[in-house]
Amino acid sequence: MSTVFIALQTNEDTRPIIEAIVADNPHARLNEQPAMVKIDAEGKLVVRRSSIEELLGRDFDLQELHINLISLSGNIDESDDELTLSWNA
Amino acid sequence: MDMQASKKKLGLKERYQVMTRGLDWTPSYQKMEDIYPYVAYEGIKIHDWDKWEDPFRLTMDAYWKYQAEKERKLYAIIDAYAQNNGHLGVTDARYINTVKLFISGISPLEYVAHRGFTHVGRQFPGAGPRVACLMQSLDEIRHAQTQVHSISNYNKYYNGVHDFHHAHDRIWFLSVPKSFFDDAITAGPFEFMVAIGFSFEYVLTNLLFVPFVSGAAYNGDMGTMTFGFSAQSDEARHMTLGLEVIKFILEQDPDNLPIVQRWIDKWTWRGYRVLTLVAMMMDYMLPKRTMSWKEAWEVYFEENGGALFKDLARYGITMPKCAEQIALEKDHLSHQAWSTFYNYGAATNFHTWMPDEDEMAWLTAKYPESFDKHYRPRYEYWREQAAKGNRFYNKTLPMLCQTCQIPLVFTEPGDPTKICYREVDFKDEKYHFCSDHCKAIFEHEPEKYVQAWMPVHQIYQGNCFPEGTDPTVEGFDPLAAVLKYYHLEHGRDNLDFEGSEDQKNFDEWRGMATKNV
Amino acid sequence: MAVAAIGKYEFAPADAIDKFHGAQLLYIGWEDHLLFCAPFAFPFPPSMPFGAIVEQVLPGAFGYHPDFARIDWSKAEWLKSGKPWTPEFSKSLEENGLRHKDVIRFRTPGLTGIKGSCS
Repeated sequence: MSTVFIALQTNEDTRPIIEAIVADNPHARLNEQPAMVKIDAEGKLVVRRSSIEELLGRDFDLQELHINLISLSGNIDESDDELTLSWNA
Repeated sequence: MDMQASKKKLGLKERYQVMTRGLDWTPSYQKMEDIYPYVAYEGIKIHDWDKWEDPFRLTMDAYWKYQAEKERKLYAIIDAYAQNNGHLGVTDARYINTVKLFISGISPLEYVAHRGFTHVGRQFPGAGPRVACLMQSLDEIRHAQTQVHSISNYNKYYNGVHDFHHAHDRIWFLSVPKSFFDDAITAGPFEFMVAIGFSFEYVLTNLLFVPFVSGAAYNGDMGTMTFGFSAQSDEARHMTLGLEVIKFILEQDPDNLPIVQRWIDKWTWRGYRVLTLVAMMMDYMLPKRTMSWKEAWEVYFEENGGALFKDLARYGITMPKCAEQIALEKDHLSHQAWSTFYNYGAATNFHTWMPDEDEMAWLTAKYPESFDKHYRPRYEYWREQAAKGNRFYNKTLPMLCQTCQIPLVFTEPGDPTKICYREVDFKDEKYHFCSDHCKAIFEHEPEKYVQAWMPVHQIYQGNCFPEGTDPTVEGFDPLAAVLKYYHLEHGRDNLDFEGSEDQKNFDEWRGMATKNV
Repeated sequence: MAVAAIGKYEFAPADAIDKFHGAQLLYIGWEDHLLFCAPFAFPFPPSMPFGAIVEQVLPGAFGYHPDFARIDWSKAEWLKSGKPWTPEFSKSLEENGLRHKDVIRFRTPGLTGIKGSCS
């Protein structure tokens, strides 16, 4: 199984997002680098709106991710509720 | 009259449908081939543009909203950084040379990318890719502008960045990135998308922006960190577009596969050769290093690119053949690049230097197979000579590769002691190459590369002197004339970091920042 | 292969010999001496004697290397386009069969760079 990743800037906006991603993807590894984090996961990684909203205490639009997103890999599927990264092979 | 109950807000997928495809129309009085004249000649067959779907489903209104937010954040930081003399907080003034290389080598490419995406966005008959290309063209001009704005602050204090665009079009080594993009924008719209959207954005830009920008942060350069990450937040969308383009083209017709594979092979290699500059930035020019070039290559190309090509195998796409040679070069690339710039340090718009003892130890640790054996002896010799006042400046012009335009500095795959020479005869002319891959690219389209503006040859043809120069006068100094043509001031913008005005000023200003004077 | 194009695609080479004001290009590399990062490019008149290159030009280009002074030119081995080749020092480039943009290399047996590292 191949690894997908999402890389985000580290700041106050992303702290709850990173926390939510890590909680929703127990198989993911957090890789901290200067000013950024890279979250690696085998096969698939899900970013869930409801989990982020719970930590933020407000409504969150998944497209807000774009503001602090650095990079990602894998095929993307985005809906109002979830952003999924995955490799098919 | 019955009031129509307001419908529930549209979901993301429906909104995307309405705001992209819903805005398109079928022409009634003009022929499709007249409206989109460039879409067929490359041989790519598309049967149904409606099969295209942008996975991010970003609509124009949302695009403006989020881009505006990114800009607000970026400019707040740039202002604070400038206001607070942030440049004096970088680890070491040597670091600033990476910024010089960036503004003259990379930022002008952002602008050309803007033009390229404006062009191809106009040429695609599908509304989905047109909207995605429009967004990317706007992103690219934003990158060029924010980079110029961020780095202009350095221009107030340091040498070599005063005329970056003039430099980009003239300085010998900047013809490498310039000719790379010129090659891409003069291709058809599909090749451009595979070249830049897929091969460069998806396969290679992570190597440019992620470790390097993280490195900028690590070295205290908040300005570069911010424009870099702000740009990279768009790159995530560009990468997705690049991947979507490949999948879409391959799903449309089986005849597209060999064409796409050849483009991927070509552009992965072309892009990799341009990244030679990034390799040396990472291993030599960042005073504090986050990871070596080799490590970055392993993470972002071998691991991530490997996963990508495994995924694309279902379409019949295979890993570009050049990956084998690149694997052999990863222990050598940055060292061969830095040796080159150390050689020609009199003709650059940035300073060069020899790594100190600690840095050499780091290089030994990161490159145990190659550094001590092949590169340390050379560096120690140069360092000894420099200490005796005999710093090496190579004043004889090098032989260049006809395709990538890099001097023939790369060694034979598997033998780091021998320069790799390749040549081809085409219509009574001889052409030379740095590698089998650059040679193969030429052989496929010789007519394109025979036109190359090769800086060394242009100098010898007399085309790189200021207007009115007479090269036949007694005592004519060609190097001095070429530097004038480049708008570089000898002794100020070029030469070793040791003893430079940048070094002196930085030390003095930093002293003033920490003491009462 | 032809370039995929919307029309006729033919251009004159940018570096044909007639652009070099009577000179032709010659590329010269020194094997096992990577202190010089790449082979050199020179514009020479075709009538120039080969020996003049060795005596008058190469010292300026390669003389920085401590091995250069130790070269025994009678033992140097030459390659042209990667194949063994023997120049005649008294004859001109043209008489030696050197054409525009030819590449030659020389190996100097026993001299293998700084501390034998091929640098």
